[in-house]
Amino acid sequence: MSRAALLVLADGRFPAGGHAHSGGAEPAVTAGHIKDAATLEAFCRGRLHTAGLVAAGLAAAAAAGLDPLLLDDAADARTPVPALRQVARRLGRQMMRAARATWPSAELDALAAARPRGAHQPVVLGLAARSAGLTPLDAAHAVAYENISGPATAVVRLLSLDPFDATAVLARLTVDLEQVAEAGAAAAQRAVTEGPGVLPAASAPLLDITAEAHAAWPVRLFAS
Amino acid sequence: MTRTVPRPAAPQATALPAGGLRATARIVARADAHGVTRLPVLDGGGPFAIRRIQSHADQTRVCLIGAMSAPLGGDRLRIEATAEAGTSLRITAAAATVALPGRTGDLATYDVHLTVGDGARLEWLPEPLISAEGSDLRMTTTVDLAPTARLVFREEQVLGRTGERTGALRSRLTIRQAGRTLLDQETAYGPGAPGWDTSAVLGGNRAVGQLLLAGPEFGDKPVEVRLLGGAAGADPSAGQAVVAPIAGPAALVTAIAPDGLSLRRLLDEAAAG
Repeated sequence: MSRAALLVLADGRFPAGGHAHSGGAEPAVTAGHIKDAATLEAFCRGRLHTAGLVAAGLAAAAAAGLDPLLLDDAADARTPVPALRQVARRLGRQMMRAARATWPSAELDALAAARPRGAHQPVVLGLAARSAGLTPLDAAHAVAYENISGPATAVVRLLSLDPFDATAVLARLTVDLEQVAEAGAAAAQRAVTEGPGVLPAASAPLLDITAEAHAAWPVRLFAS
Repeated sequence: MTRTVPRPAAPQATALPAGGLRATARIVARADAHGVTRLPVLDGGGPFAIRRIQSHADQTRVCLIGAMSAPLGGDRLRIEATAEAGTSLRITAAAATVALPGRTGDLATYDVHLTVGDGARLEWLPEPLISAEGSDLRMTTTVDLAPTARLVFREEQVLGRTGERTGALRSRLTIRQAGRTLLDQETAYGPGAPGWDTSAVLGGNRAVGQLLLAGPEFGDKPVEVRLLGGAAGADPSAGQAVVAPIAGPAALVTAIAPDGLSLRRLLDEAAAG
């Protein structure tokens, strides 16, 4: 096992296409909900404990060896709006290309063959972590971090927020991030014996509504 | 929202000093030899009183009435309703359900299990669940649909009575069809739920609800995404909603609003099409 592989996987420069997505931050900026570092932090905290927790559970479960196709169905059931299912699959496909080049494995090949249009991104990320020899908890950390670093980076561009302030927001959320990653990994451990039904399913109604509203915008800076 | 909810004189079931009230209500709809929906099981209990009300065309209707101030902290309440193959059943409620704190500070549980058979149609249209300040409720709703079952399901949560803070409300909704999970959603609001009162989750709103319409026709032709209220460019202070196809033969309305009345208005508007 190589802990250093986690740095490669979680690096913002890992070529998995996440930079084109704001994770709901673009509509939140437009609505006036995110206007400075404090409001960015609140948004990220809410996102982390909902969408982030769900993603952490799915990624940890994939890393723990649960059937990725069952997890892909579980991800669908936890994603009620089509805009977010499409984004998750598009990001999953890009993650799959990067992961197969980086840590080739028969399990990644099998999932790519079974879901040619892309599996949900946290499932692919978890399987990539498994191929890299990382633990379920590592996978949960990587996906939970990405869940808030994406919006924070996007808000630097959307609001011209000082990058130092955005990074300080992420640093202030590390305790929450740790809790979410551990909760996701613990649920994944239970899911090994009890099935994917015990994985977190935390919903964020506003992220669901604004994702569909944002997808209908004629002009936008970010894909989601 | 303002709603007066009379406290019951005395619950019919025995209130256990340590553990609170335990009650299960059961409703079974069954088609007779002529295809008419009968109600062979209509059991109330504890805070639940169930009344059969006037049928509408071939739809049999029942109403949950009674001591709707339950659940109190420590209570364990359950409703099981089954619409067997070929039946048509609508279940409504006479008043909102208010989760209140108990004497002990224990949490209350409220579990709903709905089963809909082939060719059957169940409408589950209760009044809102209101989480009063200091209450702590865990709710689960599980729905099992047969392949050709139809469902209309409404869920409304109001966080706090007028002018008060919300209690702790955790809820999980799982909808399965022929064993496959179509929708799995967990909500956690109030004390002990990090991040719930943020611009990613409720954006300052205090009422949240869903309306799910399921049936084979939604698999043949998924609904088109529709935005309502603030999401469609109206004043967001009256709430917003989206109508969207889930990953399965159903349409889901997701709505948030400042109060229960605005929420109901959005859900009704979505249902009207």
